[in-house]
Amino acid sequence: MSGKKILWIAALPLLAVLGWAGFAPLKVPSHEELFEIPKGTFARRMAGDKVEILPSRIRLTLGLNDVLLLRNLDDVPQVFGPSIMMSGQSLRLPFEKAAEYQFACTAHASGQMTIVVEPEPVMPWAKVRWRVREWWENRKR
Amino acid sequence: MIRRLAFLLLLGAGLATAAPDPGALKAGVLSPVMAAPEIKLQGSDGKPLDLASYRGKVVLLAFGFSSCGEVCPITLATLAGARKKLGEDAARVQVVYVTVDPERDDAARMKKFLGSFDPSFIGGVGTRAEIDAAQKSYGISSTKQVYADGNYTIGHSSSIYMIDRAGGLRAVMPYGHTVDDFVHDLKILLRP
Repeated sequence: MSGKKILWIAALPLLAVLGWAGFAPLKVPSHEELFEIPKGTFARRMAGDKVEILPSRIRLTLGLNDVLLLRNLDDVPQVFGPSIMMSGQSLRLPFEKAAEYQFACTAHASGQMTIVVEPEPVMPWAKVRWRVREWWENRKR
Repeated sequence: MIRRLAFLLLLGAGLATAAPDPGALKAGVLSPVMAAPEIKLQGSDGKPLDLASYRGKVVLLAFGFSSCGEVCPITLATLAGARKKLGEDAARVQVVYVTVDPERDDAARMKKFLGSFDPSFIGGVGTRAEIDAAQKSYGISSTKQVYADGNYTIGHSSSIYMIDRAGGLRAVMPYGHTVDDFVHDLKILLRP
């Protein structure tokens, strides 16, 4: 068997995976991306704990996870994203435009939160990139 | 024929799943709905500003100031555009715009400023302590930036709260939404 043939045989599974990743429809369990402020966050911060309970940068993708679901489980109101949220309240915020959004957030030590909404991955390469990034980020969680 | 039928069925199924829910608000929805915090201020119409007096109407509540050159004119023009597009239903929508600059904004100044967008808009004015209390109730932040010549501007939260006809703080529209987005949501909130 020639070296070229062996190379082709070895490359076939990789091409098949790439083909699947680029052309199969993207699926997510829910459009909602949930973030919660745990109970006691305010008290911990008042005690001097520089607790970072939420990522300062949240990435969403149109058509996939394009709804931010914020939940305040703390005992006090929190300004979370564009709104004040009372204790026990949640905010369901849908996005329809790809852009970078800056919001105030009392749950962050910096007081700021950035939400990056990316366009829906339509082209095969964009789908591959989205899958790789999702896999990588889920691996870290 | 069968192939064409199958194609149409698939297309229909695809459109059905892609179509957005017409009953869903474009604004962020707060849940459970809680009573909108009351604010103790003076209205630009010379009367005490009492949100409870607008029960039966949808109230769009936002914060800003009359010297704002960037965010406020766009927000107010958008809200005026939405009321215009609503036609008769506009009578059931009240815009309340509370100043974050009580040192410069009095009732007369707010009335003139808001009136240039829509004469039905009501401004909220008061002392620094009253404005601070109103801002705190709605989680509104504002930061004063002073220029070298002593003049200043104020960076402030730019979301618009939507208070339903029963006085519940129902939703919040982040800055940047269009007239059509507001019309869409107001039509839902005005439904019996």
